[in-house]
Amino acid sequence: MEELQSCQIDKIKEICRSFNNAEGELINVLHKTQETFGYLPESVQRLIAAELNISAAQVYGVVSFYTFFTMKPKGKFPISICLGTACYVRGAEDVVDEFKKALDIKVGEVTPDGKFSLDCLRCVGACGLAPVVLIGDKVHGRLEANQVKELLAQYE
Amino acid sequence: METIKLTIDNKRVIVTKGTTVHQAAKQAGIHIPTLCYMNLELLNIENKPGGCRICVVEQEGRRNLAPSCSTVCTEGMVIKTNSPRVLNARKTVLELILSDHPKDCLICPKAGRCELQTLAFQLGIRRIHSVENAEMSTYRKDQSPSIIRDMDKCVMCRRCEMICNKVQTVGALSAVNRGFMSVVAPAFEQDLKHSPCTFCGQCVAICPTGALTEVDQVQRLIRALTDKTKTVVVQTAPAVRVALGEEFDMPPGSIVTGKMVAALREMDFKYVFDTDFAADLTIMEEGSELLDRLTRYVAGDKSVKLPILTSCCPAWVNFFEYNYPDMLDVPSTARSPQQMFGSIAKTYLADKLGIKREDMVVVSVMPCLAKKYECQRDEFKVNGNPDVDYAISTRELAHLMREANINFAALPDEEFDHPLGESTGAGVIFGATGGVIEAAVRTAYELFTGNKCPRIDFEELRGLEGIRTATVDFNGTPIHIGIAHKLGNARKLLDGIRSGLYNLHAIEIMACPGGCIGGAGQPLHQGDSSIIKERFDAIYREDAQKTIRKSHENPYIIKLYEEFLGKPLSEKSHHLLHTHYFEKK
Amino acid sequence: MSRYKMHLLVCGGTGCRSSESDLIVENLKKVLQEKGLDGDAQVVQTGCFGFCEQGPIVKVLPDNTFYTSVKPSDAEGIIAEHVLKGRKVERLLYKDPKQQTVVSDSKHMEFYQKQIRIALRNCGFIDPENIDEYIARDGYAALAKVLEEMTPEAAIDLLKKSGLRGRGGGGFPTGLKWELAHKNKAGQKYVVCNADEGDPGAFMDRSILEGDPHSVIEAMAICGYCIGATKGMVYIRAEYPLAIQRLKIALNQARDYGLLGNSILGSKHSFDIELRYGAGAFVCGEETALIHSMEGQRGEPTVKPPFPAESGYLGKPTNVNNVETFANIPAIYLRGAEWFLSIGTAKSKGTKVFALAGKINNVGLIEVPMGITLREVIYEIGGGIKDGKKFKAVQTGGPSGGCLTEKDLDTPIDFDNLLAVGSMMGSGGMIVMDENDCMVSVAKFYLDFTVEESCGKCAPCRVGNKRLYELLNKITNGKGTEEDLEQLRNMSVVIKDTALCGLGQTSPNPVLSTMENFADEYAAHIHDQHCPSGQCKALRQYFILSEKCVGCTACSKVCPSEAISGEKRQAHLIDQIKCIRCGACMEKCKFSAIIIPSTKI
Repeated sequence: MEELQSCQIDKIKEICRSFNNAEGELINVLHKTQETFGYLPESVQRLIAAELNISAAQVYGVVSFYTFFTMKPKGKFPISICLGTACYVRGAEDVVDEFKKALDIKVGEVTPDGKFSLDCLRCVGACGLAPVVLIGDKVHGRLEANQVKELLAQYE
Repeated sequence: METIKLTIDNKRVIVTKGTTVHQAAKQAGIHIPTLCYMNLELLNIENKPGGCRICVVEQEGRRNLAPSCSTVCTEGMVIKTNSPRVLNARKTVLELILSDHPKDCLICPKAGRCELQTLAFQLGIRRIHSVENAEMSTYRKDQSPSIIRDMDKCVMCRRCEMICNKVQTVGALSAVNRGFMSVVAPAFEQDLKHSPCTFCGQCVAICPTGALTEVDQVQRLIRALTDKTKTVVVQTAPAVRVALGEEFDMPPGSIVTGKMVAALREMDFKYVFDTDFAADLTIMEEGSELLDRLTRYVAGDKSVKLPILTSCCPAWVNFFEYNYPDMLDVPSTARSPQQMFGSIAKTYLADKLGIKREDMVVVSVMPCLAKKYECQRDEFKVNGNPDVDYAISTRELAHLMREANINFAALPDEEFDHPLGESTGAGVIFGATGGVIEAAVRTAYELFTGNKCPRIDFEELRGLEGIRTATVDFNGTPIHIGIAHKLGNARKLLDGIRSGLYNLHAIEIMACPGGCIGGAGQPLHQGDSSIIKERFDAIYREDAQKTIRKSHENPYIIKLYEEFLGKPLSEKSHHLLHTHYFEKK
Repeated sequence: MSRYKMHLLVCGGTGCRSSESDLIVENLKKVLQEKGLDGDAQVVQTGCFGFCEQGPIVKVLPDNTFYTSVKPSDAEGIIAEHVLKGRKVERLLYKDPKQQTVVSDSKHMEFYQKQIRIALRNCGFIDPENIDEYIARDGYAALAKVLEEMTPEAAIDLLKKSGLRGRGGGGFPTGLKWELAHKNKAGQKYVVCNADEGDPGAFMDRSILEGDPHSVIEAMAICGYCIGATKGMVYIRAEYPLAIQRLKIALNQARDYGLLGNSILGSKHSFDIELRYGAGAFVCGEETALIHSMEGQRGEPTVKPPFPAESGYLGKPTNVNNVETFANIPAIYLRGAEWFLSIGTAKSKGTKVFALAGKINNVGLIEVPMGITLREVIYEIGGGIKDGKKFKAVQTGGPSGGCLTEKDLDTPIDFDNLLAVGSMMGSGGMIVMDENDCMVSVAKFYLDFTVEESCGKCAPCRVGNKRLYELLNKITNGKGTEEDLEQLRNMSVVIKDTALCGLGQTSPNPVLSTMENFADEYAAHIHDQHCPSGQCKALRQYFILSEKCVGCTACSKVCPSEAISGEKRQAHLIDQIKCIRCGACMEKCKFSAIIIPSTKI
């Protein structure tokens, strides 16, 4: 288990305090913590459990339930491919395959150099641009499989 | 009380308001099969997630089928529990569950006692329609000192999660992941031994399938029994004798002490002793400790820690080591009867028999799974050799007996061996919640007041209420006593003491519902809490039958002190019969 | 809005922002300033205009000129021509694809002509970050009216009379729901807005919150007054950062104006709203799951009853409505129940917002009166099927809905009619599919979604949907049997009948409706190992047209399984047994000589 630095411990405790260390605020605490650290490793979850006076199992039960929470750090450029129905019928699956091929990783993984991570999500609400891929906060619309390599090159 | 009239399978049924369809059907003599639902009414434990959907019924006017366990009866309701639609749905859902369940039933430790297997039989499942190569949800196996988790066999009934969190407040388990891969597991799906688990095993006691089972030591025990260089000595805990009969189809509450002794002897245990003897010894030590603290307290010694807490229950010890590290000096330092027995057997008895401790194998038959962990604790070993080598459960003993072809019902009643087989009624009642403290009172009263106690039965200390308090008059000195069973109640009681809600001198705590009679190593009650009550009553019947009912009157205990220990709390006693506690976090 | 002669409304919906509409705003402002026109014309970033297909959109008021596909570099031109000289920038105007004529005024565009905007009344008209613009369009007047003139009972009565039904999917009468919560005498009650839109291919709620957050806040405050709650919560997807930001701004403004907080508008009613964030679980759209999630737990549903109106958040009576439902409410109070009753069908009143997407020309967000036909939506508002392909199916209700075909196109859309033809209203996703879509694959796509989103609590959903998916997968791989079809049907029926919550109870709908409407497609996969639309990779057959093949050998070189043979400069041939259907040959062929035939060879 990764050890936390004291400044990280202080920050997490501060987040918990800002929600009155209340059990019912667990999801808010997790959101805020992930926003701050990028992900929720075991040591962080254990500390939150102790601060909110609940079991680590309960915290992990919640973290592992919601897809938004992650225990692994994302890549420097997190790639999220929309697999909403509109994108699906306009070829998003082929785009996913192309990204997997180009990066040589599976969905949910990070490239060995930590540069890219690949995830799928459901509908970003830009169906007019389907199929849509998010890299960081930037939306790339009407993306075809054969444009994937070119797009990735922009982030080299 | 307001009543509701409804129709179930064309029968008119009248129930009180708030009754569920499942309960109403039961009243009408209709058994609706269930899987996740469990109601231990007498113990106030209920599991009703409405998740398995096996108990669905057809309700006139309702679009879909209704889960009978969690559907409350309403006036004029018309219910069908066996229409073709219901039967097909029930069967299909069970098939779906089975499609994600290993099919190694022949060699499953739960075989014959598995609720899922029974259900498949009952619903006449002959085939599991599914896809070839249907994916199974599989998980890493996990073996702790007491419990084996094989969650491939989990059906997500959530009983274990409920008991671990709601009843025991241990918090070792939670539902994790989502959808097809959801399962109940410790945090980060790590091993149970790295979790706050106390090994109380109540999850095992109520798991409907083979997902949670005990570590089975029967085969290792058989090897020890056949080893000619070893002297195998066995002790049997008080709660075992009122439950073992159930494994051989005797009615719950049958007292089978004599047959059990005979069976053990037939299986080549060299000496058959009684943990009750060690229970009497525990009373001598723990009772003296209580007296010592009380006397000093009355004399105004401010350093005295009161209330004293019992320490016989290893799950409870684990619980306070994890949750109350600041209170490690409060519980009695007396070891549990199992460990006192092992310690005395491998010193006093080994000396008497003229054998080395390494050549003696001490086996204990326990209603408990935490005892498996307890006997492995380093404090209870001498040069790596444990005082108790194997702690097997009541169920394991039954397995062993079946394997050894024992015709249990036909066995004669036999007596325990001496010197560690003689016991009093006080030792027997250790098996039920409130029993340890009642035994302690019987002795402490006489030692404290110097007078003979006017009564033996302290009814006010008995019962199945989760938290009980009573005041016993020690000839003018009121002694306030607290009792809790189930760890959640223990937590409430302890927190209540901290907050000043309770003012008590002595507290007995047992982790399992009903005390050891409801232990996780006992024959499976399969959701019928009346079985626990039968065992409870049997314990007090056994006590009443005994000629000696106070620990300090046990002649062999008196002899043990004379010959070996000196007096309670002596240096030798401290060395052999007391322990200390460690922070677990 | 009167100070300026001209307003330049720039769409700030997620779609248009993805195409740099922020930069358009910036550039327009910059150019106005450079030219000293910033006193004459105002640039406003609004919510979604709806016509996402043609985004980014800039609308110029007062003449209602509708510019489409605007780029940041067009700012200069719009100002130089339109603002300064009053001449429309011709090349940015919308061209009707059927008539091939230019339509400059959005009122005359077919996309907008059949729409009636109630929930979206302000989207695309106001700056969502400016409460004054909301108030200028009668915002908070409904709240004032209810607080000053109506008792909670009377207000609930009006809502009941209006016939408004929940827009989140189920269509439960909203007034009745409020009444249940109102009648409960508990001290603390809660109003919850469900903004955890998770339907893949639906973005109605997002657009409303981004375009008109105050309408939701106002309605929640009215609800609080009616049911007797002082606390409200919006449960919103964490993946909606823009909606969250605008909602936060709107909440602060409402508090500043005394429209939230203690003694609203001098009345005895106090009400405030907090935000709670969803964390990526579709099942949290189910109200009991949503409530557990708000309590910090796993978002697992529980058996109803008890309904949230009796025991909801923290065990207190809780009224949960979705965003679109709330957005309708201020308009109903202002214009009356009669007005609302005049729109729609016998049992479904008012309008419904749909996210129209898929193989359709005009992808976008639309609001149409109940009773409009699917045909009108697809062919008039939607502008027909993309690339002149043939219409095959339209999917409504997302993963809970079904696929409807040509025969259902003239069905008037409302809650009950859609149910009757085997689909459902759902939250408002409407995906159009053409001849290239394989309906078995579409069913599989939805099941894949359900499997991933199942919470795992009840067995039929946890295991059953997985098995449905596996069976569909088997069929799309050409390995299905007639018995599998029977299994699919039986399991689907049982899952619907036994699952714990709405997610499970509706998850087999895509399977059942495609089996019903496209039985021949299932049969082709099973009996002929053939996918008529050519979408199922494992069933694709590649075929070399000998008349087009020049024998360049590019295909045989790239084939990983040595399935292609042929001499140089001779027509090549694919061995169908050796072929692993990777498609590499087709990608490589420069002469379009390799095809996937639509019938089995």
